[in-house]
Amino acid sequence: MPGAQERILRRRINSVKATKKITRAMELIAASRVVRAQQRANAARPYAQQITKVIEDLAAGGADVDHPMLRVVESVERTALIVLTSDRGLAGAYSSSVIRAAEREIHAARAEGSDYELVTVGRKAAGYFRFRNYRLAATYDGISDKPTYEDARRIANTVASMFLDGSVDRVVLIYTEFRSVASQRVVVRRFLPLEQTSTIAEAGSATALAGFDFEPNASSVLADLLPRYIEARLFAALLDAAASEHANRQRAMKSATDNAEDMIVRLTRQMNAARQAAITTEIMEIIGGAEGLREAEGDGEDLLLDHLHSTTLFRELDPTDHAHAAPGHV
Amino acid sequence: MPLQVELVSPEGPLYTGEAEMVVARTVGGGDIAFLPGHVPLIGSLAVHPVKVLEAGGGTTSIAVHRGFVSVAGDRVTILSDVAEVAASIDVPRAEAAKARAEETLRSASDDEDARAALRRAEVRLEVALGR
Repeated sequence: MPGAQERILRRRINSVKATKKITRAMELIAASRVVRAQQRANAARPYAQQITKVIEDLAAGGADVDHPMLRVVESVERTALIVLTSDRGLAGAYSSSVIRAAEREIHAARAEGSDYELVTVGRKAAGYFRFRNYRLAATYDGISDKPTYEDARRIANTVASMFLDGSVDRVVLIYTEFRSVASQRVVVRRFLPLEQTSTIAEAGSATALAGFDFEPNASSVLADLLPRYIEARLFAALLDAAASEHANRQRAMKSATDNAEDMIVRLTRQMNAARQAAITTEIMEIIGGAEGLREAEGDGEDLLLDHLHSTTLFRELDPTDHAHAAPGHV
Repeated sequence: MPLQVELVSPEGPLYTGEAEMVVARTVGGGDIAFLPGHVPLIGSLAVHPVKVLEAGGGTTSIAVHRGFVSVAGDRVTILSDVAEVAASIDVPRAEAAKARAEETLRSASDDEDARAALRRAEVRLEVALGR
């Protein structure tokens, strides 16, 4: 019969093994999703580049028109923060580092005497801020790991209308930028007001051709174009965040799997030691019992133990393990 | 030299090809045909099919529900967040959407959303059925 300690250890090993299977599966799933998310981010790039190029062309064509989305307010009274986090945990510090950056921004805004509005994506941010009694203007969930353009449009429209009706003077976007599978970074980006068209143009390649015709005219093309531009920017950020989330989850699950492996090795050693200790104790008890019987028969002088050589008795046992083993309980 | 035509959506490029001529309708209401050597132009597109007369013969129609066209040199770039090529259009669904929009318009003839939905469904069907 195995000792009590051995049984407890065996149960723990089995539970760690089961956990390891789960974390390993999650790691593999996350790894394949990182690839897919990266592909989507790459597929979205031509659209964003082309739309930027059209704005460049507009700027080069002298269409530096006034648009409400370009309106810069001198004294910012209210800042909106768009916070992109995940719906589910087990992604390491992914959500918490974005949330921390958002909280820092809120404190910074308050220090400047401006109020805040929070727009959160992902259950993690919504849960965190709701629990701490922050005011939430809008929350979105169920989209963080596989965002669609439709989602980006919905969020961009909400935020743009908050900006356009003057309830906020500035919008910042806080998300995790995906640089590579090994490197992601939390960034705080200005979202609205947009940079002047000339600034957008300068940031892009300077290949704009002058002399464009506009149909119907430059300012109405720009008015149609800017909402699409902010949607495309938000979409790009959502895709980046999704790729980062999967990369973070993959890393977190890989280290969890590694930890589980280490733990199984350690617990197996402990279990072996416990089993040996239990066997030793049992042998000692048998001998002790036999001695007791002999003594009762009046043959106390001649100890049974003297007839046994210690190497025969402990033949099966490693002497070092025996020395280190805790005394077994029976 | 044929035109290089590209249709780009946020989900990725949807169509690339070479064409003799591209016909589109801008927000102003007029059709514009682009031939090689067209003056550089940027336009907002109306909800209307864009017809691409391909270099090898044959015509491809693309349902563009909103977007922009940019013509420069011999490149025609169509940017649209809602565009569908004929192959990806679900005809029964578009017909159902059309019927639904017509139903709504019968009871509320000034419903802007329904009117837009009807127009989109019509454009989809026009492209899908090759009319």
